[in-house]
Order: sequence, then C-alpha cells, then structure tokens
Amino acid sequence: MTEMLSMSNNAPLFVGMMLLKLAVVFGVTMGIVAYATWVERKVIGHMQTRLGPMRTGWHGLLQPIADGLKLFFKEDIIPTQASKVPFLLAPMMILIPALITIAVVPFGPDVTVKGFLVPLQITDLNIGVLYILAMAGLGVYGIVLAGWSSNSKYALLGGVRASAQMISYELAAGITIIAVFMLSETLSLREIVALQSGSVIDWYVFKQPLAFGLFLITGLAEINRTPFDMPEAESELVSGFCTEYSSMKYALFFMAEYANMIVIAAIAATLFLGGWSGPLPESLGVVNLLGKVFAIMFFFIWLRATLPRVRYDQLMQLGWKVLIPLALANLAVTGLVVVLQQ
Amino acid sequence: MLDSYLPIITLIVVALGFATGSIIFSRLVGQKKPSEVKLAPYECGMPPVGSARERFSVKFYIIAMLFIVFDIEVVFMYPWAVMFKRLGMFGFVEMGVFILILLVGYVYVWKKGALEWE
Repeated sequence: MTEMLSMSNNAPLFVGMMLLKLAVVFGVTMGIVAYATWVERKVIGHMQTRLGPMRTGWHGLLQPIADGLKLFFKEDIIPTQASKVPFLLAPMMILIPALITIAVVPFGPDVTVKGFLVPLQITDLNIGVLYILAMAGLGVYGIVLAGWSSNSKYALLGGVRASAQMISYELAAGITIIAVFMLSETLSLREIVALQSGSVIDWYVFKQPLAFGLFLITGLAEINRTPFDMPEAESELVSGFCTEYSSMKYALFFMAEYANMIVIAAIAATLFLGGWSGPLPESLGVVNLLGKVFAIMFFFIWLRATLPRVRYDQLMQLGWKVLIPLALANLAVTGLVVVLQQ
Repeated sequence: MLDSYLPIITLIVVALGFATGSIIFSRLVGQKKPSEVKLAPYECGMPPVGSARERFSVKFYIIAMLFIVFDIEVVFMYPWAVMFKRLGMFGFVEMGVFILILLVGYVYVWKKGALEWE
C-alpha cells in the first residue's frame, strides 16, 4: 500500500508537487479564460450568421492576446469622486475568489510519484463543497464594493442589483446541491467523483436530474450571465458595477466572469457528471473533465445567443418563488426515496 | 490541516500577485491624459446631477435579511445531509419538522409581499 504524500513524510516533494499542480491548473485556467472570450465571440457570431473576429491571426485566433495587450496600454482612470482604496480593491476581490475556487476540483486519478500517492487536485478539502460556497459568497463583496466605491449612479444600481440577485440564487443553489450529499455522504469532491466512477449510470445527473437543472440555472444567475445578466444590463445600466472601470481593472472583472464560468462548469461536471471519471478510461481523466467543462460552457454561450434578458422582478420571482420551493421539494423526495430504500 | 490549506494559501498569494501585478503594470505602461471631464462619473455624456450616494429601494435590504435567515437554516442542513443515510427515518422526520417551521416563515414572507417587485 503506497502512502499518501503529505508534509510529514516528504515535505520538499509535497511542496514541489503542490507548486507544479498549482502552476498547471492556474496556467490552464487562465488559458481557458483567454480563449473562452474568443470562442464566445466566434460561436455567437456564427449563430447570428456573422463571422466573429477574423483579422488577428487565423480566424481571429490571436484576438485574446490583442485584447489583453490593448487593455494593458489603456489609460487607468480613477474618477475623482470615487473612494480610491475600495475602488482599487474591488476588481481583485472579485477575481481572487473566482480563481481560488478551482483548487478543490479534482482533475484525474491519483498518481504515484517516488513511491508516494499524489492526488491530481490542488487540495482535497474534506469540506470541499462548503469551501466552494464560501468563495462564491465572497464574490458578492467585490461587486458591491465596485458599485458603491465608483460613486456613479449606474454602478451603484448595478452593484445593488447584482448582490440581491447573487444572494437569492446562492440560497437556491445551496439547497439544490444538498440532495447530492444525501446520496454521497461526503463533502469532499474527490470522494464524490470516486462514488460516480463505476460507469456512466452512476453519475448523479441520473439520480438527481432536477438538481442538475436547478444547479445550472442558479449557476448562471450566480455568475451573472445571460439571461440573468441584470447587473450589467447595457440597455439600462450602461455596464453596471464596472461602468467606471477601465484598463486592466476592467479586464480583471472580465477575467473573473469567465473564471467563474469555468468554475461553475467544473463543479457541475464534478458533482453531477462524474468529473474526470468516464466515459473515457481513467488515464484520460483530464480529457474527460475538460470535455465536460467545455460542453457546459458551450451550453452557457448557446443560451446567451438564444435567450433574451429577463426582467428584474421576474428574476427575483423565479429565484424565490420557483427555484427555492423546487429545490426543497427535490430534497424531500430524495430523502423519502433514500429512507424507503433502506 | 496544513496539508490541506497550504495549497489554498499559496493559490491566494498567486492570484493576488497576478491581480496586483497586472494593475501595477498597466498603470506603468498605460497612457495618462487625465482631464476634469474624463474623471467625472459617467452619466451618458451629461454633467452629473447630484450625488450617487442616495437612497435606494428598501427591497434590497429585505432580500438581504431574508437571505441571512434562510442561509443559516440551509447551513444546518449540510451536516445533516452528510449523515443522512446513517440517521435514517429519524433524521428524515426530524429535518421534516425543521423544514416545516422554515416553510411557515417562508409562506409568511410570501403572503406579506416581501418577495414582490413592482
């Protein structure tokens, strides 16, 4: 029986492996963030019988790099009326929770390095899902802070709307995923994946189809994407909480949005679609996970091209009067079935 | 404990470094041509009217308060859900009573019209 690598049995190797995994995951995440913008513009372009970006490189493949460079060289404007410190902190407070949530998502089976077992996951928290919810909750602070510190009417309204929306849907999301833990009996994402690794039939999406649907809807609302992109409803709020931001600070909001999209897709894939296990063999775990993540992200982009934005009152009614009762009912049915099966 | 949380602390440092680094870098290389109009809050090109720090709908506060109440109750359900199979029928009935009490509050809030946006 090989031992799990830890600080106590080989500290230098543990730190080395940790840094390696961290660099790979961070690099891949930032890469996906950059190219998700290109894919989104391309996909929506073609759905609307346009071509999308074509000028920079082959079929616009260098577009994310061009955008990034452009934003670096833009003027960094801090409005005179803004509260400087919160104004500066807000984009970081949105980006950091978005980037660190990915730490608990497992991306492959355990590998053996120098006789030690190393899990392919930055860290296996036994409270993994609580950690995800906590980080999702922290994202709200950045948005409120950005809206308030800008001292602009559009930004304030965008920030307030966003926070009310996010906390409402966080509640529905929180109730929804409880049904999964009633089946898994653990909050560790690594163990949740292991429980679904038998075959495709073991995926929780087949035992919890309603929870999967609810999670995708609440996830979309949490990350403020169409049809729930009320905080930045261009037609009424200019750009919502990031109206006053420019240059790299604006880019950080943008990156956070896409990073959040990756996180929600990765969590949905891990909780409901078996994560890295299946349908391809275990050794291709990363391909499995990325395939599922990309499929869900494509679905989100597709929705953006298809659905109009909902009205704010409809949005809040949907969250409080439809999703929460549905999630509670799903919980009750799951509980009843589990109890009767025993 | 350290095994689990050291990677997260490192990741926070990396993310923070990335965020501050890119902001500082763009401040260094970006152009700077500030003018009074450019630094004013954006209001569709019109001169800004009044302060933005005004009152806004009390509805948002009600939603925030409801969130706190309900979210705390949801947090109680997490340990219960993890232990659910071991608790069996006892756990199911007990949580049923808890959720029923929560539902009374939920129906009250609904009937009072706190969930309406007009």
